[in-house]
Amino acid sequence: MKLEGKGISVEIRERELVSGASLHLSGGELVGLIGPNGAGKSTLLRAMLGIRDTSAGEVLLDSKAFLSLPARERARYVAFLPQERRVEWRLPAYDIVMLGRYPHQATFGSASSEDRAAVNRALDAVDGHELRDRPVAVLSGGERTRILLARALAVEAPLLLVDEPTAALDPYHQLHVMEILRDRARSGAGVLAVMHDLALAERFMDRLIVMNSGSIVADGPPRSVLTPELLASVYRIAGSPPQRLA
Amino acid sequence: MKPPVPYPLLIAGLAVFVVALAFLSMIVGPATAGTFELFDMMAHEKADVAWMIMREVRLPRTALALLVGMTLGLAGAALQGFLRNPLADPGIVGVSPAASLGAVLALYTGLSTAIPLALPLMGILGALLCALLLHGLARRGGVLTLVLAGVAVSSLCAALMSLALNLSPNPYAAAEIMFWLMGSVTDRSMDHLLLAGPLMALGWLILAASARSLDALSLGEEAAAGLGVNLARTRTLVITGTAISVGAGTAVTGGIGFIGLVVPHILRPLVGHTPSRLLLASALGGGALLLAADILVRVVMFGSELKLGVLTALIGAPFFLWLIFRARTELES
Repeated sequence: MKLEGKGISVEIRERELVSGASLHLSGGELVGLIGPNGAGKSTLLRAMLGIRDTSAGEVLLDSKAFLSLPARERARYVAFLPQERRVEWRLPAYDIVMLGRYPHQATFGSASSEDRAAVNRALDAVDGHELRDRPVAVLSGGERTRILLARALAVEAPLLLVDEPTAALDPYHQLHVMEILRDRARSGAGVLAVMHDLALAERFMDRLIVMNSGSIVADGPPRSVLTPELLASVYRIAGSPPQRLA
Repeated sequence: MKPPVPYPLLIAGLAVFVVALAFLSMIVGPATAGTFELFDMMAHEKADVAWMIMREVRLPRTALALLVGMTLGLAGAALQGFLRNPLADPGIVGVSPAASLGAVLALYTGLSTAIPLALPLMGILGALLCALLLHGLARRGGVLTLVLAGVAVSSLCAALMSLALNLSPNPYAAAEIMFWLMGSVTDRSMDHLLLAGPLMALGWLILAASARSLDALSLGEEAAAGLGVNLARTRTLVITGTAISVGAGTAVTGGIGFIGLVVPHILRPLVGHTPSRLLLASALGGGALLLAADILVRVVMFGSELKLGVLTALIGAPFFLWLIFRARTELES
């Protein structure tokens, strides 16, 4: 399965947040979307998902118009983990992960055995079974991220878009989350993650897409993308690429 | 946290409670037609009178208390789920004040005496106009716009009701408006029931259709949209369902506060905090609470009958304060 954005632009009050961005994501690859704050990464993600209006461009899923599909069908193909980690009410972790099955359930339906199996697989993937009965609101940042990631995995969509999955996590949990995403990609799903940690991105990602001021400025294997020239022009930092720091 | 009682058991328990209270409401009455008097009449030659009291007086009263209580409980639960705010109730989006304003205008202009059922019809009209206004204002905005618009509509309605009281031609007209605003199910006829009942049921169906989207909204609007929830559709369902059901209810009973706020609060832990499961539980809980309150106003007499809305506010407000006191750590987290 392949998701493809062609010349996507997003405008808000005549200010262009994303201009003519083209990118693609295929099954089996783990791709990082990097760039400085305000580069338009999250906006591009939302535009690709169809939860934010685009002013130009199109999104194709296996060469067919993705955005004209019904919202629920889109959700079954492409799962999404937003940056927002707040969970309302004192819902237990299990119920939160079960919400990932929403696109598969009828309006008045209840959880099927297939839904429960998917939730268990997702909890397996994040090693979260011991958290299942605890309210997500009282979990630590690392535990909460794992449960919310399990919620996105429980959709069992062929493609997964995640927005800053490692934000505000300690190094151990960052590695854990990256390993979960890599396992997902190795099992055949296409994963696109917005990242800020260049060292992690360099270490885990098959490919990096770099955004700056709303445009995509580089796309390719980490080692060829993360050059001193790019760090200087995009991130305004002088230095050597992360692989040489390590 | 796992719910302390299995959901089906909770629903069955609440349903039995509601049926028992409805039965009690049919036979408990003020002294002149109290329980024993009623049975006495039935046992003797005046069975006709007893049945007539039951059918013409008690039945609409019981049914309205039940239906309006269910409406308030359900709409409160739906709004709290949609706005993701445990302090929301049908008043917060301005629907009940707008219905009250419509009814007050019917009283003020004398339309209510000229045309039968003008009062409830004007109330329903008020609620629907409020819903239209909210749609217009909140179409491009988010939850905050909706709440602020609701507060503005409520304030405007309160101001216009004060104006009607201020300008009312004589003290009796003013008193009539005041009494109506206090909220009651006394002396409502079968016509009121037949007018408001179907509309309330329609509103319930619309609200029920939003149930699963409310669950997904626990993750925030963005994640919900990513799961395929149509936010605009959910907002339309919640506003329209609330306007129709609460509007119809308020139009026949007047303002009855705190049911929509307190009932979802009490029941939320019992359904495991799941917004969709709270809907039916809150509807039953609201029906039970209003039936119980209406039985209480018949039994406890302070010279004249206490208005139902006064009683719910008297019990509800301190209870709510206690809830906040107890749950403040949770609310702040």
